[in-house]
Parts: sequence; structure tokens; C-alpha cells
Amino acid sequence: MTNEAIPDLMAFDDAGLDEAFGGLERRARVEATFISNVADVEKFRLEWLGRKQGRLNEVSSRWLKAAPPEAKKALGLRFNALKEFVEGLLDAALGGGPSDSALKAEAIDITLPGSRRLTGAEHPITRTMNEIVAVFAALGYSVGVGPEVETDFYNFESMNFPHGHPARDTQDTLVVAGQERRPVRDRLLLRTHTSPVQMRTMELVPPPVRIVIPGKVHRNDAADATHSPIFHQVEGLCVDHNIAFSDLKGTLDHAMKALFGSAVKTRFFPSFFPFTEPSADVQISCIFCGGKGCRKCKQSGWIELLGCGMVDPAVFAFAAEKQPAYDARQISGFAFGMGVERIAMMKYGISEIGQFFAGDMRFLGQFA
Amino acid sequence: MKIITKWLRAYLPQLAVDDAQLAEDLTLRGIAVEGIFSLGEGNGSVYEMDITTNRVDAMNHYGIAREAAAIYGLVLPALHFALPAPKPAAKPFSVQIEAQDACGRFTARVLRGVKIGESRDWFAGGEVASYFALLQQKTISNAVDATNYVWLAMGQPTHVFDLDKLEGGIIVRRARKGERLKTLDGVERALFEDDLVVADHKKAVGLAGVMGGWDTMITPETRNVLVEAAWFDPMAVRQTARRHGLHTDASHRFERGADFDAPPVASALVSAILLANSGWIEGELVDVRVAALEERTARRNPIALQLSEVDRILGATEDEEGITAATVETILTSLGCGLASQPPAMGQTFGQDLWLVTLPSWRLDLEREIDLIEEVARVYGYNRFASTLPAFGGGVRSLPWAEKETAVRAVLLAAGLHEAIGSSFCSAAEAALTAPQPGQVVPLGNPLSEEADVLRPSLVPGMLAMIAGNLNRDVGDVRLFELGTVFAGTTEKVEERMALAVGAVGSLPEQSALHPARQIEFYDVKGVVEQLLDRFELRAVYFDRFPREAGITPGWLHPYRAARAVADGVTVGWFGQLDPREATARKIKGAVLVGELYLDRVFKSALRKPVAHEISRYQPVHRDFSLVLNEGVAWERIDRALSDLHIPELVDWRVREVFRDARLGEGEYALLVGTTFQAQDRTLREEELQRFQARVVEAVGKAGARLRV
Ligand SMILES: [Zn+2]
Repeated sequence: MTNEAIPDLMAFDDAGLDEAFGGLERRARVEATFISNVADVEKFRLEWLGRKQGRLNEVSSRWLKAAPPEAKKALGLRFNALKEFVEGLLDAALGGGPSDSALKAEAIDITLPGSRRLTGAEHPITRTMNEIVAVFAALGYSVGVGPEVETDFYNFESMNFPHGHPARDTQDTLVVAGQERRPVRDRLLLRTHTSPVQMRTMELVPPPVRIVIPGKVHRNDAADATHSPIFHQVEGLCVDHNIAFSDLKGTLDHAMKALFGSAVKTRFFPSFFPFTEPSADVQISCIFCGGKGCRKCKQSGWIELLGCGMVDPAVFAFAAEKQPAYDARQISGFAFGMGVERIAMMKYGISEIGQFFAGDMRFLGQFA
Repeated sequence: MKIITKWLRAYLPQLAVDDAQLAEDLTLRGIAVEGIFSLGEGNGSVYEMDITTNRVDAMNHYGIAREAAAIYGLVLPALHFALPAPKPAAKPFSVQIEAQDACGRFTARVLRGVKIGESRDWFAGGEVASYFALLQQKTISNAVDATNYVWLAMGQPTHVFDLDKLEGGIIVRRARKGERLKTLDGVERALFEDDLVVADHKKAVGLAGVMGGWDTMITPETRNVLVEAAWFDPMAVRQTARRHGLHTDASHRFERGADFDAPPVASALVSAILLANSGWIEGELVDVRVAALEERTARRNPIALQLSEVDRILGATEDEEGITAATVETILTSLGCGLASQPPAMGQTFGQDLWLVTLPSWRLDLEREIDLIEEVARVYGYNRFASTLPAFGGGVRSLPWAEKETAVRAVLLAAGLHEAIGSSFCSAAEAALTAPQPGQVVPLGNPLSEEADVLRPSLVPGMLAMIAGNLNRDVGDVRLFELGTVFAGTTEKVEERMALAVGAVGSLPEQSALHPARQIEFYDVKGVVEQLLDRFELRAVYFDRFPREAGITPGWLHPYRAARAVADGVTVGWFGQLDPREATARKIKGAVLVGELYLDRVFKSALRKPVAHEISRYQPVHRDFSLVLNEGVAWERIDRALSDLHIPELVDWRVREVFRDARLGEGEYALLVGTTFQAQDRTLREEELQRFQARVVEAVGKAGARLRV
């Protein structure tokens, strides 16, 4: 290969150097675009960087040597810049990597399933409970909890259950052994509802109170499709000056819409709980049929979801023993409670309550 | 309970709405109609009712007619049954109430010349045959049916005796020691001394308010009867019924409070039905009352009701007008209350409406002002109240450990464990095996079963049960955790703590078409525990194990594949492989990994706050050391030796491989340890590195390792 491409350099001023080096740069760039395979790369390398006949070698031996002393430094800098430029082009050409055919040999079946790092699933009860708590937190409710083993006082007496009330019977309530000799109010049992935390909260905090209480409860129930000796509730309590029944309605209507969608309607029925008066059962319009009537709502268009009511003055009287500000003449409030399993069963289409407590991987995995 | 609308409409002929509308209106007022079934042309419907236990007064046809009248503002005529004039008696039938605390009223009427036979429709208001047919209630005899009819009509229990079997008059008293009574169900009963009985002068003839006696019952031969209609105290009846394991219609009503004023009316209806067939009345109605009990029931003191209180409790209505004084008066009057206006008391604002309300004898559930407010709300209609949201100005507090629980759960979920909720109970044997504090196990007084007779002291039994359940269902890959309460202490004082259990068997949480699954092993669980503890601000976490003889390792763990986790000097949990003997006992195959962490202890530490460190700009240098160790030398020794070097530039070291092969000496194994050297402020020079390496070799040598050459 001859290097007639490298003319002798006549002008060593800036303009002359610009023109000479600029020309070589443009030329290298153009030639680099024609590189398409490994052989081309090698050819380009030899033409420009070859030790004996490479153009840069030529430039070095002909221009540098010919340069007058005062131009040598400027020329040297430009020479190095050109060399880096050409090396860069070569790197870029080399970085192009293997050929298409080489790549084709590396083809994989992208239709095989992806490898999955499986994550765990939160329990549907935890998930539902957290959703309910979040709805009420947004309404200004703090979160409270209480013990699962309670005294008769907190579970029944302070919640205004009369002595001899059927719920106090061991047929309905699981009790700790060896309580017979103790005063009734101190007897230990597994709380049958989260309501005792209402009293525990009021004893600690004067009004106003807004609290939502998620928790596990137990009853002496034989297990069937809809009953389990273990289940969960979320209880709520709101006490302040001038809390009225219409506030209870508004709060629960809002909460049900937040939980089940804004199209959901609520309606309230008189009911009976010892610790609230007036008491109500709340139904929501069926989330499956929108209220038209289906099998899930037994054609009624409504689903019963929770119990609630205005806090009974007798309950306030118990609270006032420790916090006199719970004077039923001055303050009022409402309480509500809902079964988490029932809501989760409805939301996720679960037919057997026992599935929540069986630890079946196949069941739990559906909630990942 | 069943209600037929034909009967209802007989009591309230002005009722204009159809059966479906009536059912809905009743339901919305708390008198729940659960189902409506048409009985065919002209027969109306039968309602299946579900009435809350506080409303026993409405568990009968007249009671529901009263509710309907209140809803529609109609007037319900009082019940009245005309009886023929009695023939005079030689002397009044003798009735004595000895148990003055338990029997408030006892009425007795003597009927003679009656004829026991089939029931018919006797007169208007006495349509026994046709109403029973609609209710699909079997007729038995005119006498038995008469008492049942009165029960269904007005909810008052009554009883008829064969008068000729009674010896002397009636005494209501407590049972005597050793007294016996054969009741109508044919059971011969030994009576308890506190039992309330209806007796004649010789013997008990009935458990008062619960069930009549066998020997004095009506037979086809009966000619003369005594009609009993009475009021018994709820507690006395409840205790008597409970002691004998009986629950009857009568006891149900008396236990919840009967109507003190109802007995004469009920007696009249029973008598009218019997006399419609044959017979006459002898003597006037004997009606013995106990004033103290009458005052507590039918003649209670009126209670004050204030309109402003109604507003305060109930709030806004959808109707602009709201609940007016007229609304309150109309509703309460229709329910049988008497309202007397009261002038405002001293200091009260002029114009405040205040009433004194007298209470109906059949509504013993009404005792306080709030009870009346509830009645107003109920009859007015809950769904006519507005939906308002109370103003709120406070802050919201979450549980102090909520954030920690969330952090723990996040680690576990990311590790591929599903959250489970197991039983709160276990057997005493499982409790003995797993209780972290031996002996602190709390038994239940009325356990669900023998296998669930104590409160769980540990989450491990439940976890093992769930693992076994999965394996039994042929689910071989199990990865579970449970966050829950465990119980300790005594039956006097139960302590509750929060614990975490993890359990796993089978393959890792990875699903790949290309790579074989790897079995979960001890180190996978240890990794989860480490990651979890890493989330907390702990100065020192280590894991240790004990020789079997030390008796420290929990019995459920494989003695040589178990570790204790210690954080800042406190035991925070145990984990490892389930003792294969326990696995066999539970029919579990395969190496099950299980552990329990005492979260109450872990949660005493704060969550670790991430702190960013300057990342060195200088090149790290990696050096591997191939070590040969005696089997008795654990990694921990090497690890500590490297740590004790305190070389700031030794920024990381880890085990890269553990292997055992034939080229090693007897009882030896090899570790490939990777180290990383890096300085914050300079590139490390070769001679520095040489010095560090030499120190590493010396340290591990002292710890019992030699370099493999
Ligand atoms: Zn539906």
C-alpha cells in the first residue's frame, strides 16, 4: 500500500495544520463507515495505525520531522488528537462485536415462561383489615388494640350485658379454666368481640375519641361454612360533643363507599345490641348485582354488613367511673363493628370461612 | 316465628297496604320479616319473622298489629273477649302466692262441664282451626290448642289443669327438699329447692312459667278445668328452666319479661274457646297480685323525655322539619305510652318540650329516656335521617409497633412466605413441647376439643399443623409465616405477647423452566431471620447452639440443626430443622424448617434508619483464600478472627464456597473465603496488600485454619 494520500506539509501555521489534520480526520471517518466485518476492521487498523505503513506513522515520520522547531509542539498535540480519534473509530468498530450470524447462533426461545422470584402474599384478613383501618384513618380515626383474653367486666359488664345474658353463657364464650372462685367481673375469657377496647380506650383518654380497633376474637362456635371459633372484627368508636345518629349514618355511608365503590348505597335497620341505643344493622346494596337481586344477596338486592349504634348511656357511665368527662348528658357518640371474614369472603368470593385458618398454600397464594 | 297476615288484618282491619309493603315497613322498623310466602287466594301470607330478643312483646300477632298501627298511625282496638256470666261458686277457688318475690300475678278461672274435643273456628277472634291450618300447626285438642292459640295471638303463656286432679287450691311457692314432679314432657324430675313451682295443697303441679305437670294434665276424660294465666319473674323462671335444661315458649317469654296486665285477657280467651264447645264458668276470676312486682312492671314511674335530647342524639333528618313535638307524641302514643306535657323546669329555656311518659305494661324493655328516643327513631324510620359527617380537628395515631410490623411483614413477603393465621389453641402436649416458658400454659375451661384445650404458648404447633395440612393435600412446597399472639402466665393472670413463626418445606420461592428447583434449607431460614433483624437498630446479633445435654434447645428442633438468635444479649428466637422424630409423629415427610421469633423483644428496638456512607472512588481489590479446617472449627471462629483484625481497608469478607473432598485430610473441610480490600482515600499499593494478606493468613491460622496449597 502506498501512502500517496499523505502529501507533504508545506504550511506549519494554524490554518495549514487545521486543513491538513482536518482532512485526515474526515477521511478516517468516511472509511470507518465502510467497516462491516472483522476483515474490514483489520484493514482499517493497518491502513491507519500500522507500524510500518500506517498513515499515522507516515504523518509522524514526514510531518513531524519536517516541522520547524517552533511548530513541533502544536503539531505534536494535533497528531495525538488525530491518533486518539482514529483509535476511537477503531474501538467503535470493534465494539460492534460479533457478526449477525454469530448472534443468530445465540438465539433463545423467548416464549418459554419467565423465571419468577415468588413473593409471599399478605393474608386476605390482614389485607381487608388494613383496608378498613385505612378508610377510617382518613376520617381521623386512630388505631387501638386490646388483649384477646379479657375480663368479664370489659367484655360484658361494661358493655352493658346484663347478668344472665345468653352471650355470657359458656355455650357461646370460651373461658379460661379455673375462674369459678373469682368475682364475676374478674373472670377471664376470650373476648367475644372487639368492643371491650371501647371501654379500655375511654378509661385512658377523655373525649373526644375517634378510634378504630382491628382484632381477633373467639367464640365457642362449632365450625361450619360461615362460622369459626376464631374470627376478626374491626370496631369503631367516635365520642365528642354533639355526635348524632345522623353522623353515624354519614360516617358509615362514606366508609362503605370507600370500601366497596362509590355506587354502593347503605340502609339502616333497627337492631339490638346491649352497648348501643339506638342500635342499627347496616345493609349495603349488593356489590354483585348492583341491587337488582341475585343469588349472593338472596334476590333482595341488599347485603347485611355491620352493626352499629349510639353509645348507650350505661356504657358512658362505666367509662365515667375513671374519666368523668364521659357524662352522657354532655357528650354522645357512636360505635360500630364489622366482621372482617364476612367482608373478605364477599370481596374475594370465598365460600368457606375455614379456608382463612387452614394455611393452605394454594388458597393463600391467590392473594399475592 | 311465623305470623299470618290474615290474623294481623283481623286485629287491624283498617290496614290498607299489601302484605309485601307491610313486610318491608315492619322490617325497616326493626320488626324483621325474613321471608314472605303467599298462602293462596284470600288467605294472605305467612311471614317468617326474626325479632330481636328485647322485643318479646312483638313476638305474636297482636304485638305486630300494634307495630303496624304505630307505623301507619292507625288505632288498634284493645283485645276483649266476652264471656258468659259465671254460675256462683260455693267459695272462691283458693290461690296463694307464697313466693312473693317471684310471682307477681296469678289468675285462676274454674270451668266446669267442658268437653275435650277437636278444634274448630269457634267465633270471630277464635279461629283456631283455620289459623292453625295456615300456620301449619297441628291441632291437638280444643284445650291444648286454646292455650297455643292465646300464645300465638298475644304472647301470653297460659296453662289448663284437670281440676279434678288438683287437691285443694293453688300455691305458688319454691320447691321443697326432695320434691319430685313429672312434667308434661314425661320426664320425672327431682326438684331443686330454688325452683319456682305451681302447687296444689299436696304436691307440685307445674314448673312455674316453664312447663306443666303430667299428673294434672288435660285428658280426653277431663270435664272440669282450671285456667291459669300468670306473671312470673324473669330471673326465677330463667333459673328454674336452666336447672332443668328446659327452654319452652313460656319460659322464653317470662325470662324476657311478660305483660303484667295480660293474664285476665288471656284467661278470657282460653275460657271463651273452651266454653264455645261446652261448659260454664264457676265463680269470678280469682286474681291475686303482688303490689311490689306490679309497681316494678305495669305501674312503673313515668320517665321524663325532652325534645332537645331527641335532637341531640338523633341529629339531622332529610326532611327539613325534623322531628317535632307532634311526631314524638304520635309515635309514643301509638306504642301505648301516655304523654303528659310538663312545664319547663326552673332554669330551662322557655318553649323546651318536656314530657312525662308513662310506659306500657308490655314494654319492660323501656326504662330510660334513651329507650324512648330509640322508639322515636325506629318508628320515624332510620332511613329518613340525614347522612352527616362530624367535624374533626385532632391528629391520628397509629399503633406504636405498626411500622415495625409492616417492616417485618415486608421482609417475609419478599422472602416468598405467605402469611397464614393458625389456631389460637393447641393440645396440652403440644404446649408442653413448645412453650418458651415451661409450665406457663393457660388451659381453657370449656375447650372446643381435647386437641385445642389450652391457649397457644407458641405459634409452632399451629405452624406445624398447617404444614402437615399442606403436605396431606399433596402441596409439597410450603412457605408460611404467622404473626400472632401467644399466651403465657397463669389462669389468674394471662400474659399476651406478639410472636412470629416461619415454616417451610420443599423448594425455594422460585419458579423457572430452565433451572432446577433447590430445596429450602436451614440457611434460607437463617437468611430471613438475619434480614429481619437487620431492619432493627441492634448493636450485636449472633446465633448460637447448645449441646443436646444442655437441655436448652427447644424439644421441637433437631438438636444439631437448630440455632438460637440473640440480639443485644436477649434471646429473640429459635429456628432450625424440625426434629425428625416430631416430624414422624405428625406424619410429615421431608426436612421441615421452622422457627419462632419473640417479636415483643425484637420490637423493643427501634427500626434501623438507613445511613448513607461515602462510596470510595478507589479500586477495590479482591483476594481469595482457600482454607482447610478441622470439622470442629466453625466459620464463626474465622469470621471473628477477621473481624478482630480491625483492618479498615478490609471492607468485606464472605464464604464463597464450602466443600469437602477426598483430597482433604480425615475430618477436614475447606472454605473458600473471598475478601475485599479498599481504601477511602487512595489506591492500595501492592506492598500494602501483601501486608494485609499476611495478617489475614496469620489470623486464620491462629483460628485453626491452614492455607490450602
Ligand atoms: Zn345481589
